[in-house]
Amino acid sequence: MKMMKSKVTIGAIAAVSIGIAGASIAGVAGTDATVSVKAMADALHLVMDSDRTVYTKTIVNRLVKKEKVIKATEHFEDDKSLALPAQMFRFGSEMAMKRAEKLDDVNFSYTLQSLWPINKQNAPKTDAEKAGLKFVAENKGKNYYTTETLAGQKYFTAVYADTGVAPVCVSCHNKHPDTPKKDFKLGDVMGGVVIRIPIES
Amino acid sequence: MAVKNNRIYWIVWLLLSSLLGAWLAHAMLNENADKQIFMPGELSPGHHQLADACGACHIDAFGGGEVLQRACVDCHGEDRVKPFDSHPAKKFKDPRNADLLASIDALQCIGCHEEHKPEITAKDGLTQPLDLCFHCHQEIAEDRPSHQGMGFDTCKDSGCHNYHNNRALYTDFLIKHLDEDPLLDQGVLPSKEFASLLEEIIEYPREEYPVVRLDEDDIDASERRAFDQDISTEWLETAHARSGVNCSACHMQARDKAQEPSWNDHPDHTVCENCHSVEVSRFFKGKHGMRLQQGLSPMTPDQAVLPMKQEARHTSLTCTSCHGSHRFDVKKAAVEACLECHDDKHSLAYEASPHYRLWQQELLAKAETGTGVSCASCHMPRVSRDVSEWMSRIVVDHNQSANLSPNSKMIRSSCLHCHGLEYSLSALADQSLIENNFSGAPAGQQVQSMQLAKKESIRRQEEASDDEDADMFGF
Repeated sequence: MKMMKSKVTIGAIAAVSIGIAGASIAGVAGTDATVSVKAMADALHLVMDSDRTVYTKTIVNRLVKKEKVIKATEHFEDDKSLALPAQMFRFGSEMAMKRAEKLDDVNFSYTLQSLWPINKQNAPKTDAEKAGLKFVAENKGKNYYTTETLAGQKYFTAVYADTGVAPVCVSCHNKHPDTPKKDFKLGDVMGGVVIRIPIES
Repeated sequence: MAVKNNRIYWIVWLLLSSLLGAWLAHAMLNENADKQIFMPGELSPGHHQLADACGACHIDAFGGGEVLQRACVDCHGEDRVKPFDSHPAKKFKDPRNADLLASIDALQCIGCHEEHKPEITAKDGLTQPLDLCFHCHQEIAEDRPSHQGMGFDTCKDSGCHNYHNNRALYTDFLIKHLDEDPLLDQGVLPSKEFASLLEEIIEYPREEYPVVRLDEDDIDASERRAFDQDISTEWLETAHARSGVNCSACHMQARDKAQEPSWNDHPDHTVCENCHSVEVSRFFKGKHGMRLQQGLSPMTPDQAVLPMKQEARHTSLTCTSCHGSHRFDVKKAAVEACLECHDDKHSLAYEASPHYRLWQQELLAKAETGTGVSCASCHMPRVSRDVSEWMSRIVVDHNQSANLSPNSKMIRSSCLHCHGLEYSLSALADQSLIENNFSGAPAGQQVQSMQLAKKESIRRQEEASDDEDADMFGF
């Protein structure tokens, strides 16, 4: 009888669990489908690159270069000017990382780097970054994918070429007092976007 | 016999342990009890007032560093974000900087600001050696040849770098303010924005108290109360009377939403914050109000580390201790209220200073509004603050501790309204000038950072091309 009772209890729990699980899956159909980390990184890059290109074209290049009504400067708060596209990109990265902290299953980070950085802290630092930045500069149109381990955590790391798409990108980097390279041309690879996604070892 | 003796020992041990446990529990749980027994070491000057409020920092009995970190951020978090902090935590959360954290745990405030360690606590509550910048910036001389030969224990020298707030010290800022006169033409302090932006202050009870001028006939205090004519006269002179803030707005407020409003002869800060929430929240962050924020009795001068006047030692610091009640005289709050308590050299020298002479000229209407320099002009400056996600306005920053440590944080909020940057940096580095309340010019050497900025400016001018592309980006 005891045996029977426990079997019934287990059966009931199992039925309820399956019911809940079934309802959950039915509620958000397709959430069990998986996306590769490479596809995730490619998609993330597509969004971040598009957003920044829109900002560069429709805000910065239009108002600064074409209309000439405002400047775009690094200390935009003090100067009451526009934030630079690279800053807009970085602020987005910082906000995304902060918001991701509150989401259990969302974990990634991204940075904008260059072999010719205006701010030395944005030079490639890890071996993967160094190899990736060099690869995308020398192989136009190709991305670089690898894995690396930092502080005991394994990451899928993707590096995408960052190209000077607008005249303001090129002229700003060529004229900046701290730039180590002054002969960028429109369409040149000026740096790279590094996306990191933690993966299981 | 031996068994009997042992039993007595056990009973005595049990009794003493119980008494000790009860006494410790009483000390821990009773907010008025002395908690020194639990104090592992003296608190830093920034937190000494909270010695009775262990729970202010130890906000959870369980958990480790993350609990303390949460407490730090609860009070200091808003100043630890860009642009106010050049080393925000988010910079170190990037996995590519994981190696830097192995040297200095920059994600935890206690990585550099340990508490209860007076033997290693230096100025600004720093408990790391002065050369801590070395860990991450050891190659700085390669990136910036101008820094060759400089010791890492000099990074924090006055006028050079602050780990957190570098806003008056970054290169472009120094260059922008090169060659300024010690005294700027038409120096004037900003005006605060409150009445002019009332429509945008969401919490303002405009429906209950419409913004209209009130006179004596409008007074809505209960007739049962003996009414003091002086109070009426004082109130009529205030912005409160001019803006529809009747007696009941302060005296007839419910303690909480569940209660009916009832008359209160002595309203406290909880009433003020109905309209002045930014001011009260900032008051809570400073040394005047931090005890109140923790639910402790108000700060009194006898608890201060700085010298205070004997006769004021038991004055409770609340809104009305400086502003008075009914008259709410901001001019009195800006000088007289401070000097009623503060008794240090700098405070005592104020009334013989050029700043005070300017203040008197303004009070006598012999000079324009905003040209006088009161204690509050520097220590409670009028600053633009984000009062919501989307709005900012100029408020009197009632956290008088915010721009003091290090004092170069005062440059943007106070000094630069009237003085050039180099003069300001020099003056703030001159201890004797601070003591005589800036009566005279700084006698110190030239500020090294300004000399470097001059050289950098010349380099930029030599290398700059004269085209509009450079101008677009402010180069």
